[in-house]
Amino acid sequence: MAFLELRNVSKGYGGPPVLENINLTLERGEFVAIVGYSGSGKTTLLSLIAGLQRPDTGTVRLNDLEVTAPGPDRGVVFQNYSLLPWLTVYENIALAVEEAFPNHSPAARRQHVEKYIALVNLSPARDKLPRQLSGGMRQRVSVARALALDPQILLLDEPLSALDALTRATLQDEIERIWSTDQKTVVLITNDVDEALLLADRIIPLTTGPGAALGEPVSVGLARPRDRKALNHDPEFKRLRALVTSQLLGYGARRRCTVRTKLTLPDILPEDLDAPRTNRRRPLRPHEIKREEITVST
Amino acid sequence: MKRLKLDWLILPLFGLAVILAAWAISSATWASNLPSPLKTWESSRDYVLQPFAKRGEMDQGILRFTWYSLVLVAQGYALAVLVGTPIGFLLGLSRTFARTFDPLIQILRPVSPLAWLPLGLVLFLNTGKEAGTYGALFTIAICSMWPTVLNTAVGVRAVPQDYLNVGRVLKLSRWKMLTRILIPATLPYMFTGFRLSLGIAWLVIVAAEMLTGRPGVGGFLWQEYNSLIYEHIILSIIVIGLVGFVLDRLMSLLESRFKTA
Repeated sequence: MAFLELRNVSKGYGGPPVLENINLTLERGEFVAIVGYSGSGKTTLLSLIAGLQRPDTGTVRLNDLEVTAPGPDRGVVFQNYSLLPWLTVYENIALAVEEAFPNHSPAARRQHVEKYIALVNLSPARDKLPRQLSGGMRQRVSVARALALDPQILLLDEPLSALDALTRATLQDEIERIWSTDQKTVVLITNDVDEALLLADRIIPLTTGPGAALGEPVSVGLARPRDRKALNHDPEFKRLRALVTSQLLGYGARRRCTVRTKLTLPDILPEDLDAPRTNRRRPLRPHEIKREEITVST
Repeated sequence: MKRLKLDWLILPLFGLAVILAAWAISSATWASNLPSPLKTWESSRDYVLQPFAKRGEMDQGILRFTWYSLVLVAQGYALAVLVGTPIGFLLGLSRTFARTFDPLIQILRPVSPLAWLPLGLVLFLNTGKEAGTYGALFTIAICSMWPTVLNTAVGVRAVPQDYLNVGRVLKLSRWKMLTRILIPATLPYMFTGFRLSLGIAWLVIVAAEMLTGRPGVGGFLWQEYNSLIYEHIILSIIVIGLVGFVLDRLMSLLESRFKTA
């Protein structure tokens, strides 16, 4: 039986549906990446799994229980970190731990928090406020907070998209290390095909919205641990990247529109402010303005 | 233009000199009842140099009067903050509550303190001698409450959805959602409201003291007007302005401490 199952899920915000007929099944311990254009409904899909939003039709089931509300069994790493700015690194994680493990003793909780701060290598920054941290450090706190819940499934919403390339690579390695030690089920939302290929067991492209649906999944059979440098020359990697990219480009082409319109622009010369006062032209009356037609094609 | 090194000091002093000159010229020419700056100082010297003297109920040092006013303002303001903040939270959190009471608040908000004071006096008429004090407190509280109420409500509505999502994912209880997320996220807005409220409370005290005749800087002003000692009106105005300025500075210092990133 599937661990996470989305069946015929659709979701809209009043207008045309953003997601339409999404069917997705995940096995326990699987690392799945969902790749798509921005604005294609990736974040909406993740919110549905997290329970932050309810689908209009269809069901989301985790462990055979229907998802109706968010809960600490699904750790979410939000795109913009979502750390509480008035709490320190320690306090941000401690707040999560308090809620997830109300029965632990304070000492056990403290130890638990420290363990996850250490896991993302932030022990020296434990008493800093989020605004004192760099983007990469904030994102690591966000990951630590999600992991500290000891969730059944980890939902990553473009966690690295706001970071520079070097920090990105470091954090990708960190996510891979954490996943391989904990063997958690992970859903990664990303717009970076290379990132998806580096981390995921399976890549599912999302067609462009409105009415986005899941495309043909691509299994990534690359051996782990995957080395970023070696992968670049791996023929299988190249083949998969071409496959995913061409799928996505195909969706993009469908979205690209061909417009031919005629624009009418008024034919007015800018007033010459340097001209001597007496010779300046009187401003044009509306009926005196000539119109010019231009054809625009995109 | 080259900036002077001391222009932060010289320019305000220059401004002051211009106003003093305008004052002196006015009192010497068209406003013959307006005491000149020098006369004002001579007549006020006792009140300023012995600021805590008490020579009689309505003849006391200016800081002593100011202190009476400040105590009353503090009480009324505390009441306004204690009542206004929860109302603001309810307005921000509950659509129904906002729909029910928002029109009422918008109507009561522009009512002048001079209109509230008689109602306050009537409300506390049966307290006898203390009616003036309670009436003034009521007026200060109800007039200065609105900025706190409205700013808190706006602040609550402006809490980023991200923070609320964090709370939802962690399944925080309602109480924890309030204390750990909503209140800290709203604090900057609340303090802006507190600051505006304090300014209004200080405005109201003068009016309240004038009408009730309580000893205080406003009461003093009104009494000296009736006693034809016009110099003291100017003294009172200067003191009221200075105190209001200091209060606002203090609140803005406090406010900036609570600004979150």
